[in-house]
Amino acid sequence: MRPLCPGRPPHCRRALLAAVAGVACGLPAVAATPGETIVAAARKVVKVHGAGGVRGLEGYQTGVLVSPAGHVVTVMSTVLDADEIDCVLDDGRRFRARLQGVDPRRELALLTIDGDDLPAFALEEAEPLGVGSRVFALSNLFGVAVGDERVSAQLGVVAAVVPLAARRGAYEAPFRGEVYVLDCTTNNPGSPGGAVIAGDGRLVGVLGKELRAAESGVWLNYALPAAEVWRSYRELLSGTAAPPPPADAAAAVFDPAALGVVLVPDLLDKTPPFVESTLPGSAAARAGLGPDDLLVAVNGRAVSSRAAVRQALALVPEGDAVRITVVRRGAIVDCDLGPRPAGGGR
Amino acid sequence: MTASSPCASSTCRRLAWAAAFAAVWLPPAAGDVPAQVLDAERERIDVIARAAPAAVAIFAGEAGGGSGVLIGSDGYALTNFHVVQPAGVAMKCGLSDGRVYDAVLVGLDPTGDVALVKLVGRDDFPYATLADSDLVEVGDFCFAAGNPFLLATDLRPSISTGIVSGVHRYQFPAGTILEYADCLQVDAAINPGNSGGGLFDAGGRLIGVNGRASFEKRGRVNVGVGYAISSNQIRNFLGCLRGGRLVDHATLGATVATDEDGRVVVSDILESSDAYRRGLRYDDEIVAVAGRPVRTVNAVKNVLGTLPAGWRVPLVYRRAGRRSEMLVRLEALHRPTELARLVAAGEEPDSPRPDADKRPAAAAPLPDAVRDLYEARPGFTNHHFNALERDRVAAAIARAAVGGGAAGVWELRGRLDGGGEFRILLSDTRGLVDLPTGTTEVDATQELDADRSPPGSGGMLAALLLWRRLLVDGPVRLGRTSYWGTQPRDPADLAAGGAVELVDVLETAAAAVEARFAVAADGGVIGVELWPAPDSDPCEVRLEPRPAGPPGMPGVISVRHGDTVFGTFTVDEIRFEPAAPEPAGGTS
Repeated sequence: MRPLCPGRPPHCRRALLAAVAGVACGLPAVAATPGETIVAAARKVVKVHGAGGVRGLEGYQTGVLVSPAGHVVTVMSTVLDADEIDCVLDDGRRFRARLQGVDPRRELALLTIDGDDLPAFALEEAEPLGVGSRVFALSNLFGVAVGDERVSAQLGVVAAVVPLAARRGAYEAPFRGEVYVLDCTTNNPGSPGGAVIAGDGRLVGVLGKELRAAESGVWLNYALPAAEVWRSYRELLSGTAAPPPPADAAAAVFDPAALGVVLVPDLLDKTPPFVESTLPGSAAARAGLGPDDLLVAVNGRAVSSRAAVRQALALVPEGDAVRITVVRRGAIVDCDLGPRPAGGGR
Repeated sequence: MTASSPCASSTCRRLAWAAAFAAVWLPPAAGDVPAQVLDAERERIDVIARAAPAAVAIFAGEAGGGSGVLIGSDGYALTNFHVVQPAGVAMKCGLSDGRVYDAVLVGLDPTGDVALVKLVGRDDFPYATLADSDLVEVGDFCFAAGNPFLLATDLRPSISTGIVSGVHRYQFPAGTILEYADCLQVDAAINPGNSGGGLFDAGGRLIGVNGRASFEKRGRVNVGVGYAISSNQIRNFLGCLRGGRLVDHATLGATVATDEDGRVVVSDILESSDAYRRGLRYDDEIVAVAGRPVRTVNAVKNVLGTLPAGWRVPLVYRRAGRRSEMLVRLEALHRPTELARLVAAGEEPDSPRPDADKRPAAAAPLPDAVRDLYEARPGFTNHHFNALERDRVAAAIARAAVGGGAAGVWELRGRLDGGGEFRILLSDTRGLVDLPTGTTEVDATQELDADRSPPGSGGMLAALLLWRRLLVDGPVRLGRTSYWGTQPRDPADLAAGGAVELVDVLETAAAAVEARFAVAADGGVIGVELWPAPDSDPCEVRLEPRPAGPPGMPGVISVRHGDTVFGTFTVDEIRFEPAAPEPAGGTS
């Protein structure tokens, strides 16, 4: 009744030869089956749960563990715009995550969880992959995997290594460097932040945010190269190296008007921090801020609402330089506003 | 568990996989491609060429169509419920030989989205072999053969390759009743039209039936996320499907939830359920179901979703730190009328149509080729095939029961496990059992629903009388008897994991009681379950074959009722008398 492979079938023998030939050709030694490689790598991938769940906006995405101490790199998105962000590990353990910082240029974010000795990818400034490289994508696509269920694995080929803006206006994204364009549908809802690994299990990239061409409506399947992720991680990490804010910092606020920034009226709990105008002659005006600029970060700290801007400014010590990052017509622009004045709190 | 399949070993899996993709892992080479790589490619092409002829293109007229996969040379083919639902009873099926065959619907499992059809016109159809899908692992090479977008005008299937993205996936019934439990997730392209087609492993064995994909906001085309019903789930239902039944899925009769400590606990339970009668209570922690450890609610749903209603499965639970085991009979997920309405209307149970119990396609005249292969009957998809299976089992019983088939009085004597001797007399007119505790007699010419004698057995004499009648008269003269399907020979085997021996089951309504007979492949009746009333514990009689003596007669008879073992009877002597003797002793 049970299906058997009668004897040792010829294809197994031939496959052995093919595998040996592969090693001889300079491939990494096949120490594990693809399944074993995927299973080992999937232990370093987390399911991220946060805000969302309404039509068209998923409340979940993916992240990669890059340090045994609990650093998780994921994409900057509305999922993180939540009071409670959870990371669920491969073994089902659920951790409350803190948003440590965002990198608006690469649209990545760093989360930390209180783990110890966690399985993690070694992130390094890796050699870029060439066109034609085979990769596996591991992600929480469609939120299929819950609890201790393993994230999904897909097989693909690097079809191109190009800047997202290679075709002008095609894909509106702030990142201007090269990305890996993949030949299969890796970037599904929930996939962003997923791991792209090579045949030996190395992390070679992180799946980017869902991107749809403005003109053709075509969705792009792409990943940020590991080297970019590594650089982003280093920057985010150095940002977090600063002393933690005082315990009552959350309550403190600083009015951006003191820097000459007037935001749109606060109509909702989470009104997006669009600039309404700048005060003439102010630091903001000098820095070139203008109407419709959307504030996304204050000194590297993500801000998603008017309230968050006021809190983030309060965390900048008096006299320290204030750098505001805005999105202006699809591009990320940094604006230096000079030292933070005293007061401003309300 | 995996030892029987050499190709399941990790070495062989590694090699097969390397063969499948060797060419593309290699860096672009300017010179010749190594012969080994070409061999590996050749091997892949050969495997696909061997598997492809089993692929079926199913046409459902203007309603579209889909795919199927042949699993027997006699023309039985698997597909999806949602593919055949609009087609009705008869359909046209194309094979890769370029010919179109007539086919008839045999059995339906609407919840599992599985249908069994039979192609006619040949007795040597090419077919695929069902593999053990529990051996499939993430990363395994796989390929789908089917008819995406119904574009195969020459009837040859389209092949898409990929890897297994996930195993033991659970997909909620999203807007329909089609629940995909414990399914395989693949990145091989599964597009509309692929539904019902086969998913194959690197050796060309059938590991699943493709049927669903995640699409969401990108239109109804593949996004690298397809799902296949596992071959192991299909194997559990196959007996019921061959019997032309409308098969239902199972529920525990209890709901489960994850508590704050992450335990899976009973959050509600029906007092009429078998689980409740066996002792399962609110807040008990579920540890394992049917041999599979469960740590999430999805895991419980995964196991239950692969099992037909009516099976008994081992269940392990924990209460106040104490671990206990029980055998639970699974309840039906739907009411029979509810399921029939769903099939007729293709709608959710909440939105019945006034004319829902009419199959529009059934009203149309059937093609000549399949007219004699269809018989409508309530509760069945196609009763013609139920009669076929029932008669097959009846013939096996008749062959096995040469001595036992003798009419007259049967006398069984032997020893009781707890000490003492017994005597059982069975005839057309009466049943009698002599025990050290007393003698009980039943009038076999009367209805048996009120009789649970001997006291405490739940109806042992009635069960043995029906058993004798089955062997003497056969299933048709016994009463309203149908083929139920298959179930594990011993449900406890499910706890061990791996392949479980399945046996045929006949279901009968006779003498105002309901009974089920388990029949082994050799035609030996190995079990009788008798329900004097619904929603109660049956009397369970197990008949262990006798090493020597009259064929079809038991060596050991064990009787259970509920949680109690009533008795174990070792048979030393069996005699057949042409006429009823007049034994001493009356009803106790």
